[in-house]
Amino acid sequence: MTSKPMTAVTPVPAEKAPTRFWSAFSGKLVNTLIYLFLSLWALIVIFPMVWVVVTSFKTDQEIFFSPWLPPAQLMFDNFVRAWTKANIGLYLFNSLVVILPSIFFTLLFSAMAGYVLARFTFPGNRVIFYAFLGGMLFPVMLALVPLYFLLLSMKIIDSHFGLILVYIAYSLPFTVFFMTGFFKTLPGELLEAAIIDGANHYQLFFNIVLPLSKNGLVSMGIFNFLGMWNQYILPLVLLTTATKYVLSQGLAFLQHQQRYQSDWSGLFAAIVIVMVPTLIVYIIFQNQIQRGLTVGALKG
Amino acid sequence: MYKHKYRVIIPFLAPAIILYLVFVIYPYARSMYNSLTSWKGVSTNQPFVGLYNYQRMLNDELFWNALSHNIQYLIFIPLTTIALSLFLAFMINQQVRFSKFFRVTYFFPQVISIISIGVLWSYVYHPTIGILTSLLQFLRLEWFFQLLGFEGIPVWIGDPRTVRPAIGAVVVWQSVGFYMVLFLAAMEAIPQSFYEAAIIDGANRWHQFWNITLPLLWDTMQTALVFAGLGAFDMFAMTRVMVVSGSTTGRPADVLATYLYEQAFDVSRFGYATAIAVSLFLMVLLLSVFTMRITRREAVEY
Repeated sequence: MTSKPMTAVTPVPAEKAPTRFWSAFSGKLVNTLIYLFLSLWALIVIFPMVWVVVTSFKTDQEIFFSPWLPPAQLMFDNFVRAWTKANIGLYLFNSLVVILPSIFFTLLFSAMAGYVLARFTFPGNRVIFYAFLGGMLFPVMLALVPLYFLLLSMKIIDSHFGLILVYIAYSLPFTVFFMTGFFKTLPGELLEAAIIDGANHYQLFFNIVLPLSKNGLVSMGIFNFLGMWNQYILPLVLLTTATKYVLSQGLAFLQHQQRYQSDWSGLFAAIVIVMVPTLIVYIIFQNQIQRGLTVGALKG
Repeated sequence: MYKHKYRVIIPFLAPAIILYLVFVIYPYARSMYNSLTSWKGVSTNQPFVGLYNYQRMLNDELFWNALSHNIQYLIFIPLTTIALSLFLAFMINQQVRFSKFFRVTYFFPQVISIISIGVLWSYVYHPTIGILTSLLQFLRLEWFFQLLGFEGIPVWIGDPRTVRPAIGAVVVWQSVGFYMVLFLAAMEAIPQSFYEAAIIDGANRWHQFWNITLPLLWDTMQTALVFAGLGAFDMFAMTRVMVVSGSTTGRPADVLATYLYEQAFDVSRFGYATAIAVSLFLMVLLLSVFTMRITRREAVEY
């Protein structure tokens, strides 16, 4: 009976101590769990890549019979075969031949159009802007068939030149949209001062506006580069000769061939040749690349 | 100020507009018309058939088969990806050590081309040379798959029951890093004082997440949902590369994009393929508008 008033008094100190202990303990526990989860996901991300790199140095027998063991001997020959016989070197070259001019002209044409749309008032300005904006709504899938026949009738099907034109055209909507927004933020006084100093519009654009827009251009360059690097369906439809294939297409081609002539070690080496350079470039430029890629989410 | 402005406007706009009209607008407009013809590509004659292609589509079992797979992806991929990336972003945002390392690592798959990832994973899943099956054997997990009704560890890509989960998992694996960076950027924009005030009020991290972080992330979430939904309606590259030529019986991996590609470029039914493409476009458009609508809320200003 006497315990009743006792419990009414004691709770205050009695509850406090375990709470502090408990919160310190659970804080530690939560922290440990956080690291555990973060590390687990990191492992899930990294492990398949490490496995491919390790496997690319093995012989076919080792790949088949001991997938978990490291190679007994580093088979650099796999890379030589992938580069020359499997044509990875050629595909890489083709990719760059297509992508570099595509990026250059995408940035140039988009900057020119964006500059005019941002800084000049003229009838039709809004219509043109929204026409570009609307282009982002449509999936490439929808244009595929007419695009193929259009390039066929223009006699630029199965050519890098045709693919470059198509890459530029499909990169324009978002890049024009982005650059227009970017040029609106440039200080107008600076540009007017240059005009008063006697610069014509071309000098103004190339000597002052473009250098000032370096950040925006770099973001768009990275965004478009990765988009084109990943592009698969357009080259698949528009390039038909195997020696003209770009990297993504070539790798898929090798993968399909693999069913008939098993050269696993060569294929793994090919994946590594495609994967590792981009990872290295990414590690060096990670901040710009993360920014450049996620900037695409703005368009939603 | 700007005299002779049309001498600038016209040449500056011309290259972009011409390329855009010829290679983007024209093909899209042409597609809308082509879907009303029974064009086979070989002849220049394109017999006008009205809505016949659409009618045929509604009676085409393979169309519904492909569409149902897109819908399955649509239900599972965005939810899994967003939940996982939100969770990881929130944990990284707890001022953990090595946060830079995690951030960079999680983004890795995003910079490797989808084709490389597809090829890589098709070997991870490979029943003899792959590591997944042998890992599961090592962990003695056969009983788990037997519980699910498999004879043992499934052959992943080769089994019609597991091929879509297997492909879907790769898409999640690949895109989590992207959404995580997106969410992390949004989380870092939330003023620290909000959390400090909540801590004084006795809120634990769980409460902070539900009552501060999540409501302020709503706009980003909306964007992420639309993006992931669009991805679930594509799946072309991943499917093409992981399922070699998609000729397994019953077409368990078909999606609309691979089916329409096959109809156009393998069997030359261009009119029919285009009708599928037009309906794919309309579905994507409706889905985006719908997602924006149902997730619209009072924006929380800060």
